Amino acid sequence: MTEKPKLGVYVCHCGINISATVDVEAVSDYAQGLPNVVVARNYSYMCSDPGQLLIKDDIKEYGLNRIVVASCSPRMHEPTFRKALQEVGLNPYFLEMANIREQCSWVHQDREEATAKAKNLVAAAVAKVRLLEPLAPREVDAEPAALVIGAGIAGIQASLDIADAGFKVYLVEQSPSVGGRMAQLDKTFPTLDCSACILTPKMVDVANHPNIELLAYSEVEEVSGFVGNFEVKVRRKARYVDVSKCTGCGDCAEACRLANRFPSEFDEGMGKRSAIYLPFPQAVPAKYTIDPEKCLFLTRGRCGKSPKCVDACKPGAIDFEQKDEIVSFKVGAIIVATGFDVFDANKKPEYGYSDYPNVITGLEMERLVSASGPTGGEILVDNGEEKIVPKEIAFIQCVGSRDQSVGNEYCSRVCCMYTAKQAHLIKDKIPDATVKVYYIDVRAFGKGFEEFYDRVRREGIRYVRGNPSEIFKEGNKLVVKVEDTLTATPREDKFDLVVLAVGLTPRSDDRKIIDLLRLSQSPDRFLMEAHPKLRPVDTASDGIFLAGCCQGPKDIPDTVAQAKGAAASAMIPLARGKVAIDAQVAEVIEDTCRGCGFCVSICPYSAIELVTINRMGNMVEVARVNEALCKGCGSCSAGCLSNSIQPRSFRDRQILPQIAALGGIE
Amino acid sequence: MSEQFKPNIVAFLCNWCTYAGADLAGTSRIQYPANVKIIRVMCSGRVNPLYVVNALQQGADGVLISGCHPGDCHYMEGNYYARRRLKLLKELLEFTGVDPRRFNMSWVSASEGHKWKEVVEKAVEDAIAAGPFDQFRRRQIGW
Repeated sequence: MTEKPKLGVYVCHCGINISATVDVEAVSDYAQGLPNVVVARNYSYMCSDPGQLLIKDDIKEYGLNRIVVASCSPRMHEPTFRKALQEVGLNPYFLEMANIREQCSWVHQDREEATAKAKNLVAAAVAKVRLLEPLAPREVDAEPAALVIGAGIAGIQASLDIADAGFKVYLVEQSPSVGGRMAQLDKTFPTLDCSACILTPKMVDVANHPNIELLAYSEVEEVSGFVGNFEVKVRRKARYVDVSKCTGCGDCAEACRLANRFPSEFDEGMGKRSAIYLPFPQAVPAKYTIDPEKCLFLTRGRCGKSPKCVDACKPGAIDFEQKDEIVSFKVGAIIVATGFDVFDANKKPEYGYSDYPNVITGLEMERLVSASGPTGGEILVDNGEEKIVPKEIAFIQCVGSRDQSVGNEYCSRVCCMYTAKQAHLIKDKIPDATVKVYYIDVRAFGKGFEEFYDRVRREGIRYVRGNPSEIFKEGNKLVVKVEDTLTATPREDKFDLVVLAVGLTPRSDDRKIIDLLRLSQSPDRFLMEAHPKLRPVDTASDGIFLAGCCQGPKDIPDTVAQAKGAAASAMIPLARGKVAIDAQVAEVIEDTCRGCGFCVSICPYSAIELVTINRMGNMVEVARVNEALCKGCGSCSAGCLSNSIQPRSFRDRQILPQIAALGGIE
Repeated sequence: MSEQFKPNIVAFLCNWCTYAGADLAGTSRIQYPANVKIIRVMCSGRVNPLYVVNALQQGADGVLISGCHPGDCHYMEGNYYARRRLKLLKELLEFTGVDPRRFNMSWVSASEGHKWKEVVEKAVEDAIAAGPFDQFRRRQIGW
């Protein structure tokens, strides 16, 4: 720290992203005149190889020991430039960035004002960088295991990839079976693969894989720690069935006093289940679960003379004494794959979803055409009077998507294609049916999508451009009121069945995961990635990754691709076996610390403790920071009565000069 | 006079929410006044009340602090500390005769680029209404 600061300042044009609004020439000229600045330059792309080389060569030639880069946000390229410094032997923490793109050139138009502000920001960075200290990033061991939350196709794929690479995986699923939404689907677009046929083998694989510990019917309760060393607590909910004894025979469900009384969640409420149930026949694990809110014995304390399931179960697996269990373990990385909810069609009351039994959602249609569904694959609907095979069928697109009135501006990306697929399946099963699709735009953007859409239209599916305003009943028919916007004619079409192509929404219970893992949400309320282009599976927190529809609507191939990406990213710390922990943590100046312990009570991570030291012959208490636990937030510092605890790189003596430079008093 | 007056505002933003929100405003090309200059800190809880006073002494006409929404702090509770400390400071400043409009505090998340623009506009408007500030000025300190 005693060596004299020799600064290099590098102003980036970013093509014209910065230079169109900021006079970069003037900024580098101005920087050249600032104290301790040896060299100031401007260049078209500082982050490019020649740009970085410029910095590196100057460091070598002029013996620079502090670098300021005025370019984009440090959230974007701080790691890039730190690495450049390191490559020529300079401490990577001798870098300060002035954000003159996101927070200057992109948000202002007046060239003069923007240039003045850019100069100011550069001056502040120069003021701070002179006082930065060298820091050494430290490494700690990473636990070679991963936690995957959610066992839909995203969580299953990510788990299998990580487990196949030889690492331990804890796969947590809150419902009694793995499989998620994909298990509910019949065929998948555009190839018409049978969803169950491609999914169920993978479900079995996760259950049998020696490296995967499947925690079904469980919820993550607590996560602490940091990348490489997360401590996780999971609640295994009581199934009231001893899974080691249950053979999955199903005698209990048939015997249950409340047999087939409750809407089955898996069948979207169209099928029935008992109070003791298997969500669906191919469920993994194939173990029964007692619904504690429905079971007579659990809610009222008695069920006839003795519970019928107990009598029926030959292996004696029913155990009403079972309690929730907390399982604790350590992992190095976490993948969030919590999936989505379908849009609640009741939020569009004009479509009468709750009034007419023959207005159904796309996911209900999926169960209706499925061979494993409540009707065994026969398309049968209740028109209010009787069960009929519908002959006139309508699909309405964009229900709950691209609709500001329900707060969902985004496109759900799957509805156009699942509609085309379902229309095809209906034509297949009811050849004389007429099928109309009311659309706003058809978005057939993926591999094989346009071809499939063409095929479906050639099969006689009629596409009508228009957004229906209302559905009402006339006799035993449903009337869809719509304006055909291509011919500008209002029409009222009659149908036996209307399918609402509901969109995908963030899960209603995502809040719990967001709070647990400190995740951010995008404006559409889906979980937010660290960078929309370059870090699409990362989150802002190191070691936590996203896969599947929790991050935004996706079809199956995109979900699987993202899951594989998240798995590969999560394996980086696991494979290295080490993680770098940030060196920008708090430090106590023991000479001035008076041991009041105020910081100890502030620290949210319990990273500070009081220790007794010998200060010039007196035994005194002072604070001490556990650097492995400290995250460098600095809350302790702002609360310290004697300014004796300071986060490195954000010390008072580093921030105050920044303030002075921005204040601008000469 | 207020037509001409361009206040100088120093802002302290937390790295995880508002700094990212301000970056998003940039990426979305949302235009706002150039008067606000940002200092990045890791957490709004890092903002020592002294910094606010210091900024006013060093030539700022207004100070803006923004962090994660209550409950969303990346460090669990830093923004609660910030809120309590800075509420007290605001009262103290008012007591010493500083126009409270010089000091703004807000919560802007990483996805609220538009809200950031509104926050900046309000801070600028408030500072213009309060006028140039020179009550606390002192000569520059050599660092």
